[in-house]
Amino acid sequence: MEDYNFAYLDEQTKRMIRRAILKGVAVPGYQVPFASREMPMPYGWGTGGVQVTAACLVPEDVLKVIDQGADDTTNAVSIRKFFSRTAGVAVTEATTDATVIQTRHRIPETPLQEGQILVYQVPIPEPLRFLEPRETETRKMHELEEYGLMHVKLYEDIARHGQIATSYAYPVKVEGRYVMDPSPIPKFDNPKLSGSAALQLFGAGREQRIYAVPPYTQVVSLDFDDHPFVASKADHDCDLCGAGASYLDEVIIDDAGGRMFVCSDTDFCAGRRAAGHVGRLGEAA
Amino acid sequence: MDGSFDLPLLAVRGGSKSYGGRIGCADVSFDLYPGEVLGIVGESGSGKSTLLSCLAGHLAPDTGEIIFQTAQGPRDTRTMSEPERRRLARTDWAFVHQNPRDGLRMGVSAGGNVGERLMAVGARHYGDIRAKAIDWLGRVEIDADRIDDRPSAFSGGMQQRLQIARNLVTGPRLVFMDEPTGGLDVSVQARLLDLLRGLVREMGLSAIIVTHDLAVVRLLADRLMVMKSGHVVEQGLTDQVLDDPQHGYTQLLVSSVLQV
Ligand SMILES: [Zn+2]
Repeated sequence: MEDYNFAYLDEQTKRMIRRAILKGVAVPGYQVPFASREMPMPYGWGTGGVQVTAACLVPEDVLKVIDQGADDTTNAVSIRKFFSRTAGVAVTEATTDATVIQTRHRIPETPLQEGQILVYQVPIPEPLRFLEPRETETRKMHELEEYGLMHVKLYEDIARHGQIATSYAYPVKVEGRYVMDPSPIPKFDNPKLSGSAALQLFGAGREQRIYAVPPYTQVVSLDFDDHPFVASKADHDCDLCGAGASYLDEVIIDDAGGRMFVCSDTDFCAGRRAAGHVGRLGEAA
Repeated sequence: MDGSFDLPLLAVRGGSKSYGGRIGCADVSFDLYPGEVLGIVGESGSGKSTLLSCLAGHLAPDTGEIIFQTAQGPRDTRTMSEPERRRLARTDWAFVHQNPRDGLRMGVSAGGNVGERLMAVGARHYGDIRAKAIDWLGRVEIDADRIDDRPSAFSGGMQQRLQIARNLVTGPRLVFMDEPTGGLDVSVQARLLDLLRGLVREMGLSAIIVTHDLAVVRLLADRLMVMKSGHVVEQGLTDQVLDDPQHGYTQLLVSSVLQV
């Protein structure tokens, strides 16, 4: 049981995954097939992301793991522990201190820097899947840049809801070529995908796909001329730190239905409070 | 008049396709001129569907030329790259399937079905797409207030009309139809035929219609090709062929219809 290779996966598997990553980096937004391995955790826990992280880690790395923006959920804690034990790497909750960040559902608020790697856990990598279930056909559509169907999905949204109601996993076009599912991050985070200084890697375990957005790559959210993309969030400030431009979670705080809005990025919120920012319901640090 | 009217829109020479040793269709040649509707009739197994699949690029013929008059001049569709052929299929060409389920997206609203081809060629204004969809639903006699309903909520006849609207919205230059009235009740067929005839006239459509139903070609086709066992046994003007069939097989086909 203690005979793990560094970061759990054997070197040959890591080489195979790194080749897929390199191919992904060379063709931004393109889904590269890879032979996903069994990991000692359920699929829902992001085995695709875990394998990508394992293939990227070196002993000097500092790892941060977030789930819905928080470092302290069960999922985040267990993945962090897993690499702590199998790779012996240092871990952190501070975005700025991390060299590798594995995430589910969020991009950190603090702008990422050169040299950082952001690894996304992806449940369904194929953005065309919901309208075209045939894998051979979606592959052909990507190959030939036949992306009209993606707009059919947005059309259906507007026809049904009066506006583009897709608020997570909002489809993007990468560097003017491949249409990509950015994983279920809120569309509020979409603008952060574009021109980021960090390397962004996406791993889908069950679907056996890896894709990438290299640093400083253009990522554009799809929309209509008369229904432009809007990176929306709850129309509030954070009740703890007062931030006006961070993505918020709505939290029920008492039995009387009292609610508060707090930054979903716990590290960002804590950092602001430590720096003296106070929100409506917050207490001075 | 446009000089291109002198040239066939589609010229087929020696088109053949066999499966193993069995003949699908053999040595088929014809010209289709702009604004012309060609009917291909025959029993099942006569090779008419194989021929249509070859013409529309769904099947690769073994030999022969299929020359389509593109905006850039004549091109043999057999030697086109797949991207070119697929582009043609969603711009200059249209294909109406016998079963509307094969030609519609059943999980997408009527408006989305009609709008798909527009979006496939770059339409990015929701309001414009919707206005065109409403216009086309009207042209195939579907109420505008059904625009957000899915085809699964439509009758068979409505589904088929929706499939036609979805195909014609981008103004294709050549429409392939495979038994467009097959599987519909007789009264529904009549309405659909009327509608098709109106659209063909109004838009000056060029079309190739495969059917076993002589009433369909009588109403829609300018010219007729009769197929048996993979071969064209007779072709000519529709009225001529139906009123004065020369080939024994055509005579049988016509007389069996008259008995109905
Ligand atoms: Zn906050």
